[in-house]
Amino acid sequence: MVKKILAQTYLWILLLLLYSPIVIIVIYSFTEAKVLGNWTGFSTQLYTSLFTTDTHHSLMNALMNTITIALLAATASTLLGSVAAIGIFNLKSRSRKAISFVNSIPILNGDIITGISLFLLFVSLGITQGYTTVVLAHITFCTPYVVLSVLPRLKQMNPNIYEAALDLGATPMQALWKVIVPEIRPGMISGFMLALTLSIDDFAVTVFTIGNQGLETLSTYIYADARKGGLTPELRPLSAIIFVVVLALLIIINYRAGKAKNK
Amino acid sequence: MNKRFIVFLSSRKSWTLPYIIFSVVFVIIPLFLIVVYAFTDDSGHLTLANFQKFFEHPEAINTFVYSIGIAIITTLVCILLGYPAAWILSNSKLNRSKTMVVLFILPMWVNILVRTLATVALFDFISVPLGEGALIFGMVYNFIPFMIYPIYNTLQKMDHSYIEAAQDLGANPVQVFLKVVLPLSMPGVMSGIMMVFMPTISTFAIAELLTMNNIKLFGTTIQENINNSMWNYGAALSLIMLLLIAATSLFSTDDKDHSNEGGGLW
Repeated sequence: MVKKILAQTYLWILLLLLYSPIVIIVIYSFTEAKVLGNWTGFSTQLYTSLFTTDTHHSLMNALMNTITIALLAATASTLLGSVAAIGIFNLKSRSRKAISFVNSIPILNGDIITGISLFLLFVSLGITQGYTTVVLAHITFCTPYVVLSVLPRLKQMNPNIYEAALDLGATPMQALWKVIVPEIRPGMISGFMLALTLSIDDFAVTVFTIGNQGLETLSTYIYADARKGGLTPELRPLSAIIFVVVLALLIIINYRAGKAKNK
Repeated sequence: MNKRFIVFLSSRKSWTLPYIIFSVVFVIIPLFLIVVYAFTDDSGHLTLANFQKFFEHPEAINTFVYSIGIAIITTLVCILLGYPAAWILSNSKLNRSKTMVVLFILPMWVNILVRTLATVALFDFISVPLGEGALIFGMVYNFIPFMIYPIYNTLQKMDHSYIEAAQDLGANPVQVFLKVVLPLSMPGVMSGIMMVFMPTISTFAIAELLTMNNIKLFGTTIQENINNSMWNYGAALSLIMLLLIAATSLFSTDDKDHSNEGGGLW
């Protein structure tokens, strides 16, 4: 019993540490002070000014870019990665190992190497960097995680179901759509979510592939902001909103998953 | 057309083709370009000058060694704090632990730089000076989820009858942990080390923000060179880092597949 309480306490302390910066952001989103950590009385001023578009047009633009890039990259890498995983699963062990090795490169490399190597690629090919290059770069580092999420699902699958579907007259496409996709769907979903998280949180790869045409994502916007010395105060309410929305989504997903399990 | 190629195209093996092409263009060729740039000068002539510059520059080497030191400390702290957390999570009732696991990833949705700046504010608030300690805290704070998940995953999949067997055979809790649990969870610890160690060396933004630019890590050095259009020298530094990555991954993974890294997070 004592052990259990100790264990729980440990987890909660760790969580408290993890969440303390976020709590600070949320608290200080309700005051007007320019500097984080300076309380000048309760106010929802920052929330209103965040949504009056003229003043924080560029911040909202950066947010929209971040979200659309993440959605595009996550969708593309989920498709590319799932198809690749089905292919890899059907390979003989040696070529499977070779592809798995290549697949692990972007994961192991670290952001900065991925970013610089892609930067050199675009420079060498004379491609102007911008929205497209950022999306391509994000697909590059997201796809391996999708492959890794889908492969275990394929391994768990009974290989005979696919054959059975074919025997019963399904075309390969039908068998794929009705048999394989439903089996790997959880893997695809977790791969998609992971890709989304990684893309939204990325800074290093983005900064090397975004070019100098004035395109900004949240990360590059904040980095430029921090270098200038201050942080746009409206970032506090924005972060707070993002956090609450994601928290709500996760609670709903978890609640529904729990309900489905209980059935 | 080659007959074997036609057979390949008509089987599901060919589904790897788009990804192979994509990987060649966006992973292999770019890495190859790092090597090319590292061994050439501005005008494209072969040279070793970039590496010479690194080895003659005590500052660059110092940064390199210092970054490795910080990365080792960060990784150790992450293991010490993360292992017990993963262990507790894997032991609690399934449904609740899933929620807890989600709680550990949730902070990642607030932008990494905003979180780091909030950490700066936190240190200001409790009036702790920024510097090395703050840097390590910031690193641990940002990367500990990457240590907890892989360990949690291996512990979750572990067959608990081994533990019971060890207990039946008279092992005390310490022995059970050291002789059964720890060895079985080593793959998770290893992937955790990979996922924490490398990013710690290569990040530049966290170090810049948490030390007010007073401490430079190797990632910052690389980024500054690339930013100042010293692409060849930057590429050479990247290549040095790549070699370090290769060495670490050889040391920590012996041919195992990484199937437990991505799965099970959501």
